[in-house]
Amino acid sequence: MRFSSKATTLLILIAVIAIAPVFFPSSYYFRVGSLIFVNGLAVTGLVVLIGYAGQISLGHAGFAGIGAYACALAPVHLGLHPALAAVFGAALSATIAFLVGRPILRLKGYYLAVASLGFGILVSMVLSNEARLTGGPDGMAVPELGLRGVLRTVGVDLSNTEFWYAFSGLVLVLGAWLALNLYHSPTGRALRALHGSEIAARTVGVDVAHYKLVAFVLSAVYASVSGSLLALQNKFITPDVAGFMHSIEMVTMTVLGGAGSVLGAILGAVILTTLPQVLTIFQEYEQLMLGLVMMLVMIFMRQGLLPSIARSVRGRGE
Amino acid sequence: MKFALTTTALALVLGIAAPAFADIRIGATLSETGPAAFLGDPEAKTLKMLVEEINAAGGVNGEKIELIVYDDGGDPNKARTFATRLVEDDEVVAVIGGTTTGTSMAIIPVFEDAEVPFISLAGAIEIIDPVKPYTFKTPHTDRMACAKIFEDMKKTGITKIGVISGSDGFGASMRKQCLEIIGEYGIEVLADETYGPTDADMTPQLTNIKGKEGIQAVLNPGFGQGPAIVTRNYAQLAVGLPLYQSHGVASDGFIELAGAEAAEGVRLPGTALLVAEILPENDPQRKVVTAYKEAYEKATGKPVSTFGGYAHDALRILVDAIVRAGSAEPSDIRDAIEATKGFVGTTGTVTMTAEDHLGLDLSAFRMLEIEKGGWKIVE
Amino acid sequence: MPELLQFLLSGITVGAVYALVALGFTIIYNASDVVNFAQGEFVMLGGMITFFAHAAGLPLPLAALIAIIATAAIGVALNKLAIEPARGAPVVSLIIITIGASIFIRGATQLIFDKQLHRFPAFSGDQPILIGGATILPQSLWVIAGALAIFFCLWLFFTRTLIGRAVLATANNRIAAQLVGINTNYVMTLSFAMSAAIGALAGVLVTPITLTGYDVGLALALKGFAAAMLGGMGNPKGALVGGLLLGVLEAMTAGYISSQYKDAAAFVVILAVLFAMPQGLFGRKSTDRV
Repeated sequence: MRFSSKATTLLILIAVIAIAPVFFPSSYYFRVGSLIFVNGLAVTGLVVLIGYAGQISLGHAGFAGIGAYACALAPVHLGLHPALAAVFGAALSATIAFLVGRPILRLKGYYLAVASLGFGILVSMVLSNEARLTGGPDGMAVPELGLRGVLRTVGVDLSNTEFWYAFSGLVLVLGAWLALNLYHSPTGRALRALHGSEIAARTVGVDVAHYKLVAFVLSAVYASVSGSLLALQNKFITPDVAGFMHSIEMVTMTVLGGAGSVLGAILGAVILTTLPQVLTIFQEYEQLMLGLVMMLVMIFMRQGLLPSIARSVRGRGE
Repeated sequence: MKFALTTTALALVLGIAAPAFADIRIGATLSETGPAAFLGDPEAKTLKMLVEEINAAGGVNGEKIELIVYDDGGDPNKARTFATRLVEDDEVVAVIGGTTTGTSMAIIPVFEDAEVPFISLAGAIEIIDPVKPYTFKTPHTDRMACAKIFEDMKKTGITKIGVISGSDGFGASMRKQCLEIIGEYGIEVLADETYGPTDADMTPQLTNIKGKEGIQAVLNPGFGQGPAIVTRNYAQLAVGLPLYQSHGVASDGFIELAGAEAAEGVRLPGTALLVAEILPENDPQRKVVTAYKEAYEKATGKPVSTFGGYAHDALRILVDAIVRAGSAEPSDIRDAIEATKGFVGTTGTVTMTAEDHLGLDLSAFRMLEIEKGGWKIVE
Repeated sequence: MPELLQFLLSGITVGAVYALVALGFTIIYNASDVVNFAQGEFVMLGGMITFFAHAAGLPLPLAALIAIIATAAIGVALNKLAIEPARGAPVVSLIIITIGASIFIRGATQLIFDKQLHRFPAFSGDQPILIGGATILPQSLWVIAGALAIFFCLWLFFTRTLIGRAVLATANNRIAAQLVGINTNYVMTLSFAMSAAIGALAGVLVTPITLTGYDVGLALALKGFAAAMLGGMGNPKGALVGGLLLGVLEAMTAGYISSQYKDAAAFVVILAVLFAMPQGLFGRKSTDRV
């Protein structure tokens, strides 16, 4: 497995993040880049859940919502620094994932899909209904992270988009590093075992329920941090971040690129984040094209783009 | 490697996609699709139509306008990206858009940072209050719509009402602003219900409102299919009290959806646009609204809506400002927009100042009543 | 208690809409284990095509017939072009394919027709029927009758007809079904045609109540999916009961507790039911093959 090798993956990731800006004609590209990284982070978490453990979730945007609103609310109501608020949001997401995960993960396939979907919808409903706290569907402002100012005092002066490109890129590399380490750890092996066959894993003594829960909680933390980054970057947040479509978007990115590998899933994030930007030239045909791409990739590249491409490249080499 | 290739390829595609250099570039990010497509679609069509018209007539200050429209699908995050793209990549001199309050609020910081004038098409008062140097808007605030409705209620002696609002952005925001000022009119809310934007039946909520002792009228802030279904359920339950809808459904389409029979007697605050034909001959808005209505209906084959009117006013104000400024520099345009005086649009007569980036007063709203499937001005 | 009765009638009306959508899911699921997230688009197409055919001057029944046939054809195309080539793909890929299909259909509809909301007249007028102080619209009776009729037909189909049993056999074990001489490709095509036709019929029945527009499909699909899962996916009885239960639950919550959280209440109950009965109320027990 050339592409899952840890060092290669991280090197590719770091190299691309560092070199890409050379080709950027305007700071709008930094904005798209940072969005890719934010999505890439959530998607890396889903690699652990979908790719490693073989579980599905159509409600992870709920955790992104918790992370995002933690950054908006905790500084105001709890007096936390926005960075700490993100950590607080992640802890909250982990706790909720732990509590919800145990009953939900007993379900399989479509039943798991509808239960996680229900969870996501509940979160977004609370966010848009509790208007006194969250500003309702119109959203609310998020305080400044303030790190850019700190950097300026030590002589690093980045524009807003440049800063968020660098910062979310850094967090993504960190997240990918953790996920890759997990893959080769005993936990990772247990997860892959239960992905292959739950019953087989159970017979060889893997605590299936425990490891599923681990994957669920971890992926919730990734989604939460990605939501926090989005909120801090946009400095404004609405309940859309927790919406059903965002959940679907996250899963689609993961599976489209290749749920089995971190790099593949991030490629999925690259494609689905840039696609709407590229498709603007087709105007009214945008939705049509998006649906078509989703179908074609899943029909012809079942393992996702990257693994399929990797296999065909290897196949030719042999 | 593959990544770098993808990125370069992408940069190339985007580079090619970026339009060739034009004289005056105006950007827009609108919700042409998604839950607010109802609003964003006529807005986009209006802008495209008007720009074509202006260019055919020789452009502005002898220069052609190039319009770049993006569809944000009502997603504030997408809108933010498109706003950045308009400012940084397309290098537009001004932006119209933000169909919803959520998208508008999300993109304001981009324009304030880049010092590019921005005219929002959304309702909430937060957009222009507090005043931000580069942010303007054309629609009445929702608060003004509430005030217009409450004035009408006061006139007819209504002091106790029930509210049923959509839980979407439009309904929730208008409900909030109505409740903030309702006290000033001595009106009390006895029942406060909501419904989801895709709900199919609101009879339980209306049954509760109907069952409350003392309610004299019902107010329904919302847009899309919700108010049409509320109106139909209202007739089904034979509630029998005056029903007030919001400016969110001020279009002929609403009467069609609700059915003329169920909609009979419904009152709502609307703009002159809806009643172009029955405006008095000497009405200052008559010329503007008839011209826009005729042009739009000819170009699209669809009836005009208030929302398209907002886009109409935004573009006209912008073009007017560019002409007066005699320059297409963003800061000059900003100053000229702020100095707009006595501009007659579809929503009313606009006079902006440094403290008021909307420039409309209540007089521009007309209280309309649906009568035999058509509109009647009640004043 | 006219209020209670009114809430109940409202719940049954909405529930019948959900049940109609949920019933559409069952055939495809039974034939192929695919939950077709584009099912809501079939409902939307039923309403939209009928509206535009009617607006073009065709009488309503003819317009509805055209809509149902056209939608069935689209269902067959979906199977041939997207589902058949993806046979054996994991659940998550199939979810994405059908969601992709639904985005595609929505995009095409908005291009071909428009982005406005539409309604055509109710079949038997708008005069409410009084029942013990509560009211119901005649169109609601059409929807309820439609849901019951489709349920009954499906039940007959799956238990009394050879082809219906072939569908179940295909779902159970595709290779074994082929061995006993079932043309599984034909079974799949038929199921998609039937599901799409049921969806379109649902669209025709509910549009006078719910209105239609190019983007109404997703919300309907979600509620129908939830209803089908609540009842137990694949079982027509589950779809009917799940749909009605969901509708009544929402109406009661809106009436007695809080209209803001009625959808939340529905999902809380679904979660609770699934925790207690992981296969839904009437779902078939399944065991994993090792």
